[in-house]
Amino acid sequence: MAKANTASAKTAKAPREPLFHIVKRSSLPFYKSWLIRIIAIAIALVVCGILTFILTGENPISVYGTMIEGAFGTERKIWTLLQDIAMLLCVSLAVTPAFKMRFWNIGAEGQVLVGGLACAACMLWLGNVLPTAVLFIVMIIASMAAGAIWAVIPAIFKAQWNTNETLFTLMMNYVGIQIVSYFAMAWESPKGSGKIGIINQSSQAGWLPTIGGQKYLLNIIIVLAITIIMYIYLKYSKHGYEISVVGESENTARYIGINVKKVIIRTMLLSGAICGIAGFLLVSGTNHTISTSTADNRGFTAIMVSWLAKFNPLVMILTSFLLVFMDKGASEIATVYRIDQAFSDIITGILLFFIIGCEFFINYKIVFNTKHKKAEIAAGAADAASSAKEAE
Amino acid sequence: MFSSIISFIPRAVVQGIPLLFGSTGEMLTEKSGNLNLGIPGIMYVGGISGVIGAFLYEESLSSPDAINGFLAIMIPLLSSALGSLIMGLIYSFLTTTLRANQNVTGLAMTTFGVGFGNFFGASIVKLTGSDIPSVALTNTSQFFKASLPFADDLGWFGKIFLSYGFMTYLAIVVAIAAAFFLKRTRGGLHLRAVGENPATADAAGISVEKSKYMATCIGSIIAGLGGLYYVMDYACGVWSNEGFGDRGWLAIALVIFALWNPDIGIFGSIIFGGLYIVYLFIPGLALKTQELFKMLPYLVTIVVLVITSMRKKREYQPPQSLGLAYFREER
Repeated sequence: MAKANTASAKTAKAPREPLFHIVKRSSLPFYKSWLIRIIAIAIALVVCGILTFILTGENPISVYGTMIEGAFGTERKIWTLLQDIAMLLCVSLAVTPAFKMRFWNIGAEGQVLVGGLACAACMLWLGNVLPTAVLFIVMIIASMAAGAIWAVIPAIFKAQWNTNETLFTLMMNYVGIQIVSYFAMAWESPKGSGKIGIINQSSQAGWLPTIGGQKYLLNIIIVLAITIIMYIYLKYSKHGYEISVVGESENTARYIGINVKKVIIRTMLLSGAICGIAGFLLVSGTNHTISTSTADNRGFTAIMVSWLAKFNPLVMILTSFLLVFMDKGASEIATVYRIDQAFSDIITGILLFFIIGCEFFINYKIVFNTKHKKAEIAAGAADAASSAKEAE
Repeated sequence: MFSSIISFIPRAVVQGIPLLFGSTGEMLTEKSGNLNLGIPGIMYVGGISGVIGAFLYEESLSSPDAINGFLAIMIPLLSSALGSLIMGLIYSFLTTTLRANQNVTGLAMTTFGVGFGNFFGASIVKLTGSDIPSVALTNTSQFFKASLPFADDLGWFGKIFLSYGFMTYLAIVVAIAAAFFLKRTRGGLHLRAVGENPATADAAGISVEKSKYMATCIGSIIAGLGGLYYVMDYACGVWSNEGFGDRGWLAIALVIFALWNPDIGIFGSIIFGGLYIVYLFIPGLALKTQELFKMLPYLVTIVVLVITSMRKKREYQPPQSLGLAYFREER
């Protein structure tokens, strides 16, 4: 009995119990976590619909219709949609191994650009010199090497001196952008335009071949192949295992004999090389030219795609679809209702806020400290005390 | 030579001030352990909110001459602060309360903020049904640009030190105040403790959540003023889409360059501003070579980042828990 008294005295003395507290969930079955995400996306869509209604005065249902129209309206639109998904997916795959290692590579934009630049250089200088097969090999290797170099510089400094990689890779973007901007002027054609223009317009040397009558089909197939390889690499290879151990805890990794520096540098080489491939696909397979806007902010969007998919390459197909769909849909709304194209950025931003926010409800749960519960605890304590007395 | 230096310095200062606002705000934020990569977006929002406020005020006037100097300055300032405050609250809510990943949240904020700025910059005229062709707030801008009347009489001294609008001096005052706060006050000490090791700060009785919210929101407001300065003073009240460019990222670079010290940031911003436009003052540069010169601020930042990480001097390191969410019940 005395015990219960002190317990109740304690609760009485406690100044103010917080209304609720937050507990980390051990794990949530995957269908529940996806339910939470789908609810968040649905709420975001409703908010976007309301916003569009305010700005355009249009019926929200027809707004969603317009979005779907913008993404899937014609066969050409569907192919462009698939192409954009593939390109975003490729960059997202590139940054994923680094993120899994908790190396925040936000320099994908620059890595894609220098990769594309190397590809463009090969097309310009070697395009009409080498036989086609050799040319493609040289182009791919050059792109991958350029991207890898751009990524490995911050990695070496991170491994050696623990230099902050987020800030380093961020700065490398702008160095890359200015270099591309320089070469765009150095190689300008026609003179005075400040742009490179379509490379090898007549000979089409170094252009990825069209297969099945579809310009983008080869790009999409290549990216799908990379997706599957990356999934296997991360999930089933020894390298993939090392990456996740380093990501979980560097000390553990060191303890079990993983060479952390080597893993960091190797993973960033891979990350940069895939960014280089994305640059290659954009220059050789899509635009046949290069400018500072070739990467089109994909380096930054990819970070969100990869994170939203929890670094799972297969789920990334879904998340990159979602982001590209919203972008296309919103820009269709902007075109149809004659509002500014930046509208799609606002829509994307709102969608991201909701998805980012909903992660909290997947990882944590809120436990309310109700009076009922407190009484239960007190009763439990009293029971324990009386049973202890009986035992005496 | 002398005269070209005299004309160079004011232009460097004018380029540097938006960066100084942005970096002072970001430093406060980072000192609480929040790496806010949304600063470029927040600066856009700060700029456009001020523009919207000023635009509505100018529209409400019966004639352009009826403009009241005090209101013409206060309305944009307050609406800019309100816009950036909301952005800061969104960021704090997502990262501090909901413990979301800071990098992803920041980048989403930048996407949103830049889109918000460009969208309203392009369509505010249409949305309000006004009959003017584009946003040109020259009447409001004249109050922001007004320098001391006797500045012109003082020759080179006046040109270098006194030829700016009031926000230039405001930026310097804010930076000095932030430096004083961080280094000399108890509040600053608490804030730094939160950024270095939130668990220790929590154990010492400092409210981690409150510190992070306060630092991030005040930091956002300061950064947003950089956007406002750019539109109202530098661009003479004319909003142009993408006109602000990559200055938001330069502001983040400046944080590193100044080693998380707002007072060093004052000189850093002028150096950055100078590096940003130095190509205009080097005779005989080809157009393409100018593009290479534009990467100078970033290169310098990388060098500073590398050197400080090599020297491992404790007072020049990023806050230790920078970029990490804090959860009390986590070991």
